[in-house]
Amino acid sequence: MKQFLFFVKKEFLHVWRDKRTMFILFGMPIMQILIFGFALTNEVKNTRIAILDNSKDETTAAIINQLQASRYFDVQETIQVNSELVPAFQAGNIKLAIVFPENFQEQLLHTHSAAVQLIGDATDPNTANTLINYASAIIIDYQSNLRNQIKFPYTIKTETRMLYNPQLKGSYNFVPGVMAMVLMLVCAMMTSISIVREKEMGTMEIILVSPIVPIRVVIAKMVPYFILSAVNIGSILLLSVYVLDVPIRGSLLLLVSECLLFTITVLALGLLISSIANSQQVAMLISLMGLFLPTIMLSGFMFPIENMPLGLRIFSNIVPAKWFYMIVRNIMIKGVGFEHVWKETLILIGMTVFFMVVSIKKFKTRLE
Amino acid sequence: MNVISVQNLTKRFGSFTAVDQISFNVEQGEIFGFLGANGAGKTTAMRMLCGLSLPSSGEAKVAGFDLYKDAEKIKKNIGYMSQKFSLYEDLTIRENIRFYGGIYGLTNAEIKEKTASLSHTLKIDDKLNTLVRALPLGWRQKISFSVAMIHKPKIVFLDEPTGGVDPVTRREFWTMIFEAANEGTTVFVTTHYMDEAEYCGRVSIMVDGKIDALGAPQELKEKFSAKDMGEVFLKLARGAKRGDD
Amino acid sequence: MKVVSVKNIEKIFKVGKSTVTALRDISFEIEAGELFGLIGPDGSGKTTLFRILTTLMLADKGTASVDGFDVVNDYKQIRKRVGYMPGRFSLYQDLTVEENLSFFATLFNTSIEENYDLIKDIYVQIEKFKTRKAGALSGGMKQKLALSCALIHRPSVLFLDEPTTGVDAVSRKEFWDLLRNLQQQKITILVSTPYMDEASLCDRVALIQDGKILDIDSPKGITKKFNHPLWSAQADNMFKLLTDLKSLVEVNSCYPFGQEHHVTFKDVRESVNDMQARLHKLGHTSIKFKKIEAGIEDCFMDLMKG
Repeated sequence: MKQFLFFVKKEFLHVWRDKRTMFILFGMPIMQILIFGFALTNEVKNTRIAILDNSKDETTAAIINQLQASRYFDVQETIQVNSELVPAFQAGNIKLAIVFPENFQEQLLHTHSAAVQLIGDATDPNTANTLINYASAIIIDYQSNLRNQIKFPYTIKTETRMLYNPQLKGSYNFVPGVMAMVLMLVCAMMTSISIVREKEMGTMEIILVSPIVPIRVVIAKMVPYFILSAVNIGSILLLSVYVLDVPIRGSLLLLVSECLLFTITVLALGLLISSIANSQQVAMLISLMGLFLPTIMLSGFMFPIENMPLGLRIFSNIVPAKWFYMIVRNIMIKGVGFEHVWKETLILIGMTVFFMVVSIKKFKTRLE
Repeated sequence: MNVISVQNLTKRFGSFTAVDQISFNVEQGEIFGFLGANGAGKTTAMRMLCGLSLPSSGEAKVAGFDLYKDAEKIKKNIGYMSQKFSLYEDLTIRENIRFYGGIYGLTNAEIKEKTASLSHTLKIDDKLNTLVRALPLGWRQKISFSVAMIHKPKIVFLDEPTGGVDPVTRREFWTMIFEAANEGTTVFVTTHYMDEAEYCGRVSIMVDGKIDALGAPQELKEKFSAKDMGEVFLKLARGAKRGDD
Repeated sequence: MKVVSVKNIEKIFKVGKSTVTALRDISFEIEAGELFGLIGPDGSGKTTLFRILTTLMLADKGTASVDGFDVVNDYKQIRKRVGYMPGRFSLYQDLTVEENLSFFATLFNTSIEENYDLIKDIYVQIEKFKTRKAGALSGGMKQKLALSCALIHRPSVLFLDEPTTGVDAVSRKEFWDLLRNLQQQKITILVSTPYMDEASLCDRVALIQDGKILDIDSPKGITKKFNHPLWSAQADNMFKLLTDLKSLVEVNSCYPFGQEHHVTFKDVRESVNDMQARLHKLGHTSIKFKKIEAGIEDCFMDLMKG
């Protein structure tokens, strides 16, 4: 036991003495949370739009008024002729244009039907889509008010409610994703690098020629990074709740235990990498290409998995981050209990055991 | 004619004086042994002479060029080889020759000719397309010496060229050095093998950044009443105060 | 008692598609308390042999035992008993001298205090730097720290892989003095080195080249076996003398050795006077021949030729 504790102490010294790495390890999660929370948001706010009103009647004025009143849009310019539209888009002044045809009100009142054209700048398709949706919603809203006034007999009213995240905040999505990313980096990459470094430095040779049991070496290597990760999980959660206003709706205890479970999964992955890699560069490359990229691409936090081709959808199942992401999102945002995440948890546990067994089996008691 | 002339050359790192006012001359065609304990300042001095690091003070001319003004011209006129780095292990012998030939501005025809003559003298015709990694250390060292000589430099700097090499190959290597010197190339060499110090025309021994002894091996042995250079070295280096590295 | 016994060990490495035989049919034995030297150039198989004996590698053929334990089956026992200092500096550069030492002590379930008497002579030389990081130590100091770490659990056999490579002559001499002292503490020491002149400091040596043992004996025993007369030759132009001697049909071998050349003749009865006359004809002046005793290096080169 003393032997083991001393080993752990030694690992802490390594981490502690390497100030630059330590700064990155603690600074990175905070940076990422802040960057994702504030800078990289796909929410729509005060987007500049243009309006070409060929009708200029009460109805169009009312609709324009409502658009302007919403916090999503900022009516930038009123265009007089069609030909001004293209230059405005090209100059990048506007992201959306709304075109009312001539006699808009008349048509609406007499034929009960009028068309309005929404033109979006689809160089960024996601934003264009969102803008069009918002603008349509405002117009539909106006329309239903109108119908109420004239007491039209048959109306279907659509009422939307965005559950769990009524303001459609991006940070709800990012926090679990960043957590997965940070844990991948700290646990998998740093553990594998620290083990491979001993191989590179030749110290592994002396450790092998000593009575210490290999499994203890491995576990001792994991302890500091496990604790580091726990600190990071804490700081991410605190930042999310108090700075980004992301709620923790479910049980905090459950959330933290799931995070720690994932930490162990990733530590096991790091161990596996270290048994394959023979140099620190290789360990880093494998961690980045084999773990970090799938975490970003295939966990569902950047791109929805449902929209992926079948092959990628199947492949995403072996990405541990995907399950972790689902669990955290469900607990934090939906506020569900263990009864709704036990399947995912079981999958993570299964993966952890598998990686652990394989990497301990692969951990060599000799050089070669 | 002096190809290296050094006067009060000094290199300081902060408060630490790695090389402390050394002065010496090396003549053309001479084999000059540059000895010293680990950390006596040999590597630092050699780096300055190769134009890789700027002196803190002092004067030096290498191959006729001033160390401060013409470092780039010096590099064109010297060859360098060390035990730690010489050839690219993941390239073949032929590729290494082509690479270094290219660096020193040899034409394709010259490189071809060099490759042929080199493979003939070293008897490696059938190994030209072998990766350097797969060659025994002794071979590698002989080849990298030839590569360091590829542009017919006026001076060749050899940093522990024979470390770990077997005794026969070690002597073959020194025969190559003798030949180069015989043809007029100046050889500036460091070594930990004291018997190799005796092969040198003159030897300098650095202790704590200063040159404590300089002369032909025979002179030094008489001066320090020692039976061989090893004993001379021990007598001088024992007095070293500062630790190495 | 035989502390180390090696029988018919063979080791083959795969390098890409081809194979390299690192050790061929190696056999030898080492007595308790011996200072045994494994002498050979880089790439001769010294490190591989050490790794097999320290249970870090498996041999392809043959058996070996250390301190009575088989290197394959009883590797755990061996790991408790041997001290090992690998070829390159293998301590934690970011830990201090003291942290390194206590780490290796606990690794072997012991403490610095318990075996302090054993490392005392070595450790006092570096103790004043005990709070300094190992990476900031000088070459000679690093070596002493590494030796202390390898000794801290009072091993019965000590394996030192090229401890003096790249180290200057002064530090080398000090290191060998330390080994002599350790030997008196009843520790069997196996040391490898590429420096032929260090052979004379061992009780017995094995000369190794290309994975084959050329000879095993005491240093004196080896030099005694050099069975033809050896001459040292000197003249005014030493380089010309070397090439001329090599070109003479009567000369068997000629190697430069410091300020002289060591020469053997094809015919053991060859007269030095005839030789001098031949060289004189070639334009040499102040030719001197002297009969000398062979050294380890002469023997090594002689054995290398087969």
